[in-house]
Amino acid sequence: MREITYVEAVREALSQKMSQDPTVFLIGEDLGVYGGAFGATAGLIQQFGDLRVIDTPISEAGIVGACIGAALTGFRPVGEIQFMDFVTLSMEQLVLQAAKIRFMFGGKARVPFVLRMPAGSGTGAAAQHSESLENWFVHVPGLKVVMPSTPYDVKGLLIASIEDDNPVIFVEHKLLYKVKGPVPEEMYRVPLGKSHVVRPGRDVTIVATSIMVQRSLQAAEQLAKEGIEAEIVDPRTLRPLDDEPILDSVVKTGKVLIVHEAVKMSGFGAEVAARIAESAAFDYLEAPIRRLAGLEIPIPYNRTLEYHAVPQVENIVAEARALAQLKV
Amino acid sequence: MDLALGSLHVQTHQPDHTLLMAELDKDRLRRWLSLMSLIRAFEEKAEDLFSRGLVHGTMHLSIGQEAVAVGASSALREGDYLLNHHRGHGHCLAWGSDVDLMMAEFLGKETGYCRGRGGSMHIANVEKNNLGANGIVGGGLPISVGVGLSIKMRGTDQVCLTIFGDGAANTGAFNESLNMASIWDLPVVYLCENNQYAMSMPAQKAFKIPTISLRAAAYGMPGVTVDGNDVLAVYDAVRQAAQRARRGEGPTLVEAITYRWRGHSKSDRQLYRTRDEIKEWQARDPIRRLARLLDMEDDELDEVARQARARIEEAVAFANASPEPDVSTILEGVYA
Ligand SMILES: Cc1ncc(C[n+]2csc(CCOP(=O)(O)OP(=O)(O)O)c2C)c(N)n1
Ligand SMILES: [Mg+2]
Repeated sequence: MREITYVEAVREALSQKMSQDPTVFLIGEDLGVYGGAFGATAGLIQQFGDLRVIDTPISEAGIVGACIGAALTGFRPVGEIQFMDFVTLSMEQLVLQAAKIRFMFGGKARVPFVLRMPAGSGTGAAAQHSESLENWFVHVPGLKVVMPSTPYDVKGLLIASIEDDNPVIFVEHKLLYKVKGPVPEEMYRVPLGKSHVVRPGRDVTIVATSIMVQRSLQAAEQLAKEGIEAEIVDPRTLRPLDDEPILDSVVKTGKVLIVHEAVKMSGFGAEVAARIAESAAFDYLEAPIRRLAGLEIPIPYNRTLEYHAVPQVENIVAEARALAQLKV
Repeated sequence: MDLALGSLHVQTHQPDHTLLMAELDKDRLRRWLSLMSLIRAFEEKAEDLFSRGLVHGTMHLSIGQEAVAVGASSALREGDYLLNHHRGHGHCLAWGSDVDLMMAEFLGKETGYCRGRGGSMHIANVEKNNLGANGIVGGGLPISVGVGLSIKMRGTDQVCLTIFGDGAANTGAFNESLNMASIWDLPVVYLCENNQYAMSMPAQKAFKIPTISLRAAAYGMPGVTVDGNDVLAVYDAVRQAAQRARRGEGPTLVEAITYRWRGHSKSDRQLYRTRDEIKEWQARDPIRRLARLLDMEDDELDEVARQARARIEEAVAFANASPEPDVSTILEGVYA
């Protein structure tokens, strides 16, 4: 199959969906001539014009409000927040409006829009441009939260998210943008709310999100050389969470490591751990559940500190190895 | 003077140059020129280090905007406060910061102003009441209300200079902050450094009004637009605003119109403007303009620039010789 990068897959999903559905439009900062801070919308203004690729002033609450209002009245907007950090400025519109409107109106309204945003560290952009805030939204009924880890998934999940009738927080990762992988040229959907076994294995389960799926795959290759077979599960959609593939894997391996970039305390891993602890899979655990996550600090500027602030391949190898080698 | 901004003609506050030149002695103006040259040399070095792959991250250069930083800071006093924004190296240097510690921060070293944790976008020097640059557009604006309130409650005659871009004037924070500062007569000088673009968004498209200072009327405070490439004009307007603030009469919105010569950040291909436009503004170089006011010859100006570059090389040497932060300290500094 043809290989393209993650950011190209985002662009292709947007372009195909916009060609197919005239109610889809893009709105955000520097999307047009600039092509988006990370190039995700490059060329789309030439293709679709400035009525469907809309540049806004620096007004994040306004961007989300515009998505909500247009969604309520028949459109399927795709908003972009330039860095996930700035979504903090849109929180009222997202959490108190978008997430609740349908419920408050007795199910009589729909708010179908997608809000794309790049998360994560690794670019030296420091504390206010490196956040991983996905779990803030996982805590909000009414929102869906999607976090694709591969070029294939990002295209299929973005198309499915645009077609979904609910507000979807679509979290991309800056370091994934340049990752290449096989992506079909035609339109396809990866359904929301479906976890996915990325790599099968018998010895230890690794539940990972976003960039950590890629790092876990690299870790699994190293572990395989030592005779340890890791099974990697990518939830892909954090809310709603399809926990069955996770629980099935835990039953099979008896050992589980959860990896994400966001800080550990009250992170997504806490939810996964709780789901396992509350389920029948708990009886199959041969070792305590382990979590590997970002340190309890803002992301530092210095390159070495930044590197050590979040899980890296070698940390995943060490944790998974320790778990696998634990004698019961 | 009239500033032509595309099809718009903006009436700017025109200072009396002769009067100001008489009042400010030549030595002082020469120091301003040196400071502007130092800022330019710092930025050019930052760019050079970047292009050689020696810096990790991003940066926002203020080349072409040096008169705003120097004019504004020179109008304030020791003990006043500064809040600035992501394009902040110049403001920080003009505030009298140590070049060595700034360069060390830029290069992520333990000896830097923020121990290498903050970097280019977050340089602060709390000891000197420089409360920091900001990575969030408009992020410093609400904080200015608290600083102003604190000054008022403590009963001092300090002033808080708050510098932000044209882009920041369209954030919700701008509205809340200017209104609060105004209803409580807080001693804040709001300095909008209008370099005519917020990343790729031209101010002409982001505003339906010809000048941002017009918005002051909506908050019941004075608003003034000045030529931001004329260091004397910036100085004069900020000084008047600061005097008003010290008298307890409240905030002022000063808009300084200038131009960013470089891209927004390292990854900007600048497809949203023309080379001719950039050249046109480079011809209005604020440094050469001050040199002309001082009747300086080219070789004199070259010498000032050479000295600035030499000082920057010393700073790079200091930073290079400085240690990296120790990984064992990574968890430090989150809580007091
Ligand atoms: C709330 C927020 N939104 C978006 C950004 C991304 N961003 C950083 S600087 C910038 C443009 C700022 O323009 P302006 O305020 O005019 O300052 P300038 O860069 O021109 O100095 C943008 C969009 C940000 N840092 N914060
Ligand atoms: Mg600007």
